[in-house]
Amino acid sequence: MVDTKEIKIKNLKELSKQKERLAPGHRMCPGCGAAIIARMIMHSTENEIVVANATGCLEVSTTIYPYTSWRVPWIHNAFENAAATLSGVETAFRSLKKKNKTKKDIKFLAFGGDGGTYDIGLQSLSAALERGHDFVYVCYDNEAYMNTGIQRSSATPYGASTKTDPAGKVRPGKLEFKKDLMEVVAGHGIPYLAQASPHNWADLMKKAKKAFETPGPAFLLVLSPCIPGWGMPNNKTIEIAKLAVDTNFWPLYEIEKGKYTLNYDPKDKAKPIIEWLKSQNRFKHLLLPKNSSMIQTIQDHADKKMNYLRMRANEK
Amino acid sequence: MSKTKIDRTPLSGAESVAQAMRQINPEVVAAYPITPQTGIMHAFTAFVNDGDVDTEMIRVESEHSAMSATLGASAAGVRAITATSSNGLALMHEIVYIAASTRLPIVMPVVNRALSGPINIHCDHSDTMAERDSGWVQIYCENNQEAYEMTLLAIRLAEHKDILLPVMVCQDGFITSHGVEGVKLYKDSIVKKFLGKYKPKHPLLDTKNPITIGPLDFYDYYFEHKRQQSEAIHNVRKVFPKLVKEFKKISGKDYGFIESYMMDDAKEAIVVMSSSAGTTKEVVDRLRKEGRKVGMVKIRMFRPFPISEIKEVLKGVDIVAVLDRVESFGAVGGPLFNEIRSSLYDYNNKPKIVNYVFGLGGRSYTPELGRQVFDEISKDKNSKDYEHNLVRYLVVRN
Ligand SMILES: Cc1ncc(C[n+]2csc(CCOP(=O)(O)OP(=O)(O)O)c2C)c(N)n1
Ligand SMILES: [Mg+2]
Repeated sequence: MVDTKEIKIKNLKELSKQKERLAPGHRMCPGCGAAIIARMIMHSTENEIVVANATGCLEVSTTIYPYTSWRVPWIHNAFENAAATLSGVETAFRSLKKKNKTKKDIKFLAFGGDGGTYDIGLQSLSAALERGHDFVYVCYDNEAYMNTGIQRSSATPYGASTKTDPAGKVRPGKLEFKKDLMEVVAGHGIPYLAQASPHNWADLMKKAKKAFETPGPAFLLVLSPCIPGWGMPNNKTIEIAKLAVDTNFWPLYEIEKGKYTLNYDPKDKAKPIIEWLKSQNRFKHLLLPKNSSMIQTIQDHADKKMNYLRMRANEK
Repeated sequence: MSKTKIDRTPLSGAESVAQAMRQINPEVVAAYPITPQTGIMHAFTAFVNDGDVDTEMIRVESEHSAMSATLGASAAGVRAITATSSNGLALMHEIVYIAASTRLPIVMPVVNRALSGPINIHCDHSDTMAERDSGWVQIYCENNQEAYEMTLLAIRLAEHKDILLPVMVCQDGFITSHGVEGVKLYKDSIVKKFLGKYKPKHPLLDTKNPITIGPLDFYDYYFEHKRQQSEAIHNVRKVFPKLVKEFKKISGKDYGFIESYMMDDAKEAIVVMSSSAGTTKEVVDRLRKEGRKVGMVKIRMFRPFPISEIKEVLKGVDIVAVLDRVESFGAVGGPLFNEIRSSLYDYNNKPKIVNYVFGLGGRSYTPELGRQVFDEISKDKNSKDYEHNLVRYLVVRN
């Protein structure tokens, strides 16, 4: 196992010369995390790639016919089946390889939102992981169904206000905790999975590179700030992503062949969770005195998860 | 008794399709179990695991993923097949439409089974009839031989440059899929030559020429794309006869969009699909011996619908009974009835026409029932108020 920190990636100057695989001019919101994540991940390999995209913001905003922003082969089938679709593409490639009908070395990449991954696409993802297809599945997690107008998903965090679970007089938004998808995916015993954030581009790109180079399925869960969905300024994407990590809301870690590694631990420099909550309108109501206990609940939840990860990372 | 060489192999309808798939040797097959389709994939995966084909199997977790993976493989640029029945097809529904609109030449054998609910495993056509507007070519087979041959023809039809559409090859659950008949299999080398090699025009795996498949398509183009799709399926009308002619060199058969049986001078006719056509032929033979001018029309291809052939063959008939193996709830009659009835609209001397809904959930259609239909319509022929009894149910308790 190679330490992810040691993985060589290009420096920013070199990267700026690398050809963009997602062309500018797409219709993603200014400041959208997903577009940044997609570009960085595709920049992290120089191999030829083929992309499958689940229905969602990234898909609709980059392929408005007759235009496309994708300079690599790209396929969208439906919402819940990016993993199954890419299974078919990858299997076709494997068959051609077996018959000596292609000499190429193509990497296969799927992008799905949280709705398309945690919820409606979980079955198709789970089965593709179990079958062991050689691909990288990236979930850009903006913590709600954004393309359809900010509805709650199982990735929406406790306390957040969405259009299907708004902060109201008797119910203060979502009261269930976010599904721990990393643990769900880890349960499949796949060789590599990692959680990352776009603010730490080197960490994200190293993980992506590792994922591409891992034979068999690899999974990346990347936090993707959403300007309208989170209620935040469009020039704060990277700052807010960083805050998620600094408050332990979104730890950076990876699981390689079952071994946990915590890539960053702010330890006693961790900022209180309230700073994360204060940065976005979707949590605004939590600052009301009547909801103050919810903030403690969120803090406890984050602490518990971080302690769990520290414990796992210390396993020999 | 002279000894003649038997050149037929005893095979079920499901095994006949699996033999066709063996000869096609598709690069990718996705499989998910559902009765009565399972017979196809059991036989085919045995070929895979014995090394008779070099297909890569994807043993998926649902039919939704079966169709999704098949679509992905086909878009990648290889021959890809999956098969299903009933609820499996219903679960695929969303992707069935996407496959057609993506213009992918997927071939899917379907073993017809009644849709739930209530759950039932036996034959009727509710599953494929629910997909009749999906943009797939639909072929309905009468027997095992036809299921074998239509699967082979379907490959060429789907991949034809003027079509590029998916094709469903349907056979009746249990009646055909599990019934064993002697099937004449053509030599592998001859079939391979007929099938040729698949050369996709815009494969996704062509990384040198990257394309975007499945973009967002709004009111400014969507309609044109639907219109193109419609033209493509109507091109089957031109292409299918050419392929049949080519295939005739192997099969010796003239497969039409429809098959007419004793229709030249028929005054009373039954129109029906799939295995029930075989039963009806037997009824026609018996009644002909009694001197009655009866005949039968079998619809082989339901999509695109063979309107001109129907118009031609039913000309001069006094009364037609259309047999639908499906109920179209809230409509006046089944889908086949409505297609046939509308085909006759332009005639000055239209035949009378009635509908029989029959065989739901696997209820038997016997020669006796076929005779009952002919007896009833020959009375209706001279009745003025037959229209009050337009849609009938062939033996159902009240
Ligand atoms: C079967 C199906 N159900 C619902 C939809 C509607 N739909 C399209 S995109 C979307 C939201 C996607 O959410 P997510 O996966 O989180 O991606 P995001 O839009 O947030 O990037 C929904 C609900 C659909 N296209 N297909
Ligand atoms: Mg989302």
